[in-house]
Amino acid sequence: MNVAHWSLAGLLMAVSAHALAVADPVTVYNQGGVNPAAMACVTCHGTEGEGMAAAGFPRLAGLSANHMKKQLADFASGERANPIMQPIAVALSSEEAEAVTMMLAEKPPLDVERIGRASLVQGLGQTLALRGAWDRNIPECVACHGPSGVGVGDAFPPLAGQPAQYLSSQLNAWRQGTRKNDPNDLMGHIARNLTDEEIKAVSEYFATLTETGAGK
Amino acid sequence: MNIQTSALLLIALAIPARAADIAMEDQSQILTGAGAPASDQYFQPPQERELPDNAFGKLVQEGRAIFVDTKNRAPEYVGNGLACANCHLDQGRKANSAPLWGAYPMYPAYRKKNDKVNSYAERVQGCFQFSMNGKAPEADGPVIAALSAYSYWLSTGAPTGQELPGRAYPEVPEPEGGYDLAKGEQVYTAQCAVCHGADGEGQKAGEDYVFPPLWGADSFNWGAGMHRINTAAAFIKESMPLGKGGTLSDEDAWHVAAFMNSHERPQDPRLIDGSIEKTRDRFHANDGVNLYGEIVNGQMLGKGI
Repeated sequence: MNVAHWSLAGLLMAVSAHALAVADPVTVYNQGGVNPAAMACVTCHGTEGEGMAAAGFPRLAGLSANHMKKQLADFASGERANPIMQPIAVALSSEEAEAVTMMLAEKPPLDVERIGRASLVQGLGQTLALRGAWDRNIPECVACHGPSGVGVGDAFPPLAGQPAQYLSSQLNAWRQGTRKNDPNDLMGHIARNLTDEEIKAVSEYFATLTETGAGK
Repeated sequence: MNIQTSALLLIALAIPARAADIAMEDQSQILTGAGAPASDQYFQPPQERELPDNAFGKLVQEGRAIFVDTKNRAPEYVGNGLACANCHLDQGRKANSAPLWGAYPMYPAYRKKNDKVNSYAERVQGCFQFSMNGKAPEADGPVIAALSAYSYWLSTGAPTGQELPGRAYPEVPEPEGGYDLAKGEQVYTAQCAVCHGADGEGQKAGEDYVFPPLWGADSFNWGAGMHRINTAAAFIKESMPLGKGGTLSDEDAWHVAAFMNSHERPQDPRLIDGSIEKTRDRFHANDGVNLYGEIVNGQMLGKGI
């Protein structure tokens, strides 16, 4: 870290009443936590928390802080099994988790066009997203995740612009029971009723909803 | 005629005009007393991809769009944060969720309550005045035209004037010991609050409600069918939590329906002389199980909000 960065951190600490209790989020994000096992977020989630689509690492910028804190707790407990995030979540202190999730939540979310149920549909992925499959009690994805899957509140994270590989791996994790941290199995029961083809199609649909793609 | 009597006449004219504003004061479903249905199979509405690419198909799609995005597409007639599709799941297609194909073919129908043959347009106008806490779209206007076209198309091939299986929310028997608001609150906190909010306020993405508000100023009013605890229990049992219908016990569906409907909501537009008691006697005393005009936690419900 360079000198300018240190003085910025020092300034932040000076103006904050909680300075001594609160970890510096920029340091945690770019350098990792005090415990060396709490590796830097930036390596996989990108300089601005934009994620890394090619490797399937999700966007974190603009997500709800409470949602991200819950995920860290669930990685640590194993409710959301993940070999990369589990040791990191265990090693992060609660102050570090608090600080870094707050910082990421304040970053701008994707600004995409709102595509809701009123829109016409083409293809399997968009049909599932905007119409659901009610013959199997599968609601429209947008019924809970909002138009274009922009995310709603603390419990329904954004789907828009997330890497297709990330979305499909989560749906498969729910299907296989390695992810079981959703409220009242709301997502699990849906994932278990989806086919491989549907998971692929709906993941690809939401991945296209970016500021430069179908969601612009 | 002097000025004074003219003024009196105007007042006299104004009062019945207010009552006549309500297109259809009774929002219950029509019963024909017909025998048991010939089949247990649910009617299958046509698929969206079968819609013709012509003026009719376009009008149907306009109706569908209003149905799922009512506040944005018919804003002048909607006074709350709800959409038709909040209570009529799967865009009004789903059996046991008051599908449009179960309602449309029942009209026109004679109703004793207002002693006339009611049109489907009048029925839908009632939805806007009560469930949407708004005002009735003009019977010959574009909103009713589009919603009627959508309903007509969903009913393609359905018999007319015949109660179809799956047309209602299946009734759920009231718990033997009655409903329990405290138990309802527990169910609400555990199962409903994650979507509808800790205080029934719903949740938005930007300006638009994603999860509908269940009580308060942005919800349905005291005249809507859903204010009946029996109706709400039937809806909840069948369809809530969304995608997990049928998972609550009959008792819990009643408890949580009663909890929802024990909160204040917009006034019944049929309010008589500003009196909750008169309105209760006239419109609520024989309208299923409901709490309009009843005292809950020391407060009389029905004041409006």
